[in-house]
Amino acid sequence: MERSRDQGERFDDAKGLTVALRELGVVTPPPSLVPGVLVGTGLADGYWPEETAIGRVFVAYGAAGVVAVQHEEAASAFDAWFRGRFGRRAVAAPPRATLARSVRARLAGERAAPPPFDLRAVRPFQRAVLEAAATIPRGEVRPYAWIAREIGRPGAVRAVGTALAHNPVPLLMPCHRVVRADGRLGEYVFGTGAKRALLTAEGVDIAGIEQRGRTGQPLSGSDTTRIFCYPTCRHARRTAPEHLVRFASAPVARAAGYRPCLVCRPVEAG
Amino acid sequence: MSAATKVERTRITVASSDAEGAELAARLALDLDGVFEEVVVAYQSRIYGFALRLLANPADAEEIAQDAFVRAYRALQGYPVERIATLRLRPWLYQIAVNLARNRHRHRGRRPSELALVDENGRERAFPAGEGDDPMAALERAEGAAALAGTIAALPARYRAAVVLRHVEGLSYAEVAAVLDQPVGTAKANVHRGVTLLRAALAEPGR
Repeated sequence: MERSRDQGERFDDAKGLTVALRELGVVTPPPSLVPGVLVGTGLADGYWPEETAIGRVFVAYGAAGVVAVQHEEAASAFDAWFRGRFGRRAVAAPPRATLARSVRARLAGERAAPPPFDLRAVRPFQRAVLEAAATIPRGEVRPYAWIAREIGRPGAVRAVGTALAHNPVPLLMPCHRVVRADGRLGEYVFGTGAKRALLTAEGVDIAGIEQRGRTGQPLSGSDTTRIFCYPTCRHARRTAPEHLVRFASAPVARAAGYRPCLVCRPVEAG
Repeated sequence: MSAATKVERTRITVASSDAEGAELAARLALDLDGVFEEVVVAYQSRIYGFALRLLANPADAEEIAQDAFVRAYRALQGYPVERIATLRLRPWLYQIAVNLARNRHRHRGRRPSELALVDENGRERAFPAGEGDDPMAALERAEGAAALAGTIAALPARYRAAVVLRHVEGLSYAEVAAVLDQPVGTAKANVHRGVTLLRAALAEPGR
């Protein structure tokens, strides 16, 4: 490093001061500085690990917000996955405190504003699907057909499944809360076992839903309000057992004189 | 933003004695995105150290250093190739950092300087290390360095930057003047006045 010396300059009483001042220049920058610059300039995305109900995940983020969540144990495996999927580099870099806070609150299931997302790589259809999934409350599930109806594409049930399977930000956009109409859990980006673990951790009665699927009665009604719901809807869960009635489908419930719940909005078919 | 406009006005592009910097600048001009990380790695100790001596707070210093590099990158995106190739990177980066530190002070007002050795996450932060010191000498040295750093941080801003650039970072008076956008005579006077104040403060009883 260049050090220009000026011999005419002396601290006669304190040559030590010059030396001490030079020594103050010998510092080790914090290891987070270079990654912080790379993320700040957009030359790389940053990522950090979080522990969740299904184990360790890595959360990747850019200047605009969260880009990806991936279930991996090792940072090296995450690096490789990220480069393969997004075609750019991610570096280990702790996020701003506000971003970390909102991500952690969301992972912990707190009722908090979602973190900012950077979903540039996500097409409008998939984005609409993810945003619909994000409206499903913790502890509840909805069928794929419900998402299709919510986004105004009732015929696109299979495409909804594909869009959810390629969710770049699982857990934060809760695609695990979308299940099959026959009561089975269905596919999940991190595997069906992880889906089961997540829903169990959120308090969903999976055995009850599966049993209803087997018996062909996926909807719940209350004979006092004469309203029908999905069984995990907060209104259905409030119904006393002696007033609970079960229906095979929305048309059957309607025929019995029941109307659909305005909160969980059961779909007509499926 | 003033950091960028300031850079625009001064144009530190005098012939460089920093051979590594000149070589880096030449490559940077051809491949900004590919080479910028090398610039950060090459100058992070200097820019972080400079910010640390201006602000006496590791968390603030990291923020200023990071911000300085990010602003440098954005400025470079708008520079013509020949201008990047002749840029004297080190003084230019100091100039961005000193402007950021100055703006920060203006926004926050004068704050009591805190010598934090632990950051907000509880990690221990970097401070000057002496190699091969025995523990007691290392401690005394660390205490002496901390006292000196605290005294520097308490200097009035215009002397502080001048003293740190000249005596901690080792720039020539011409370079100090360029970074601070002052005539050489003024820079020289500020360095001398700063050192005089520093010596007087260090000589005070109770130090």
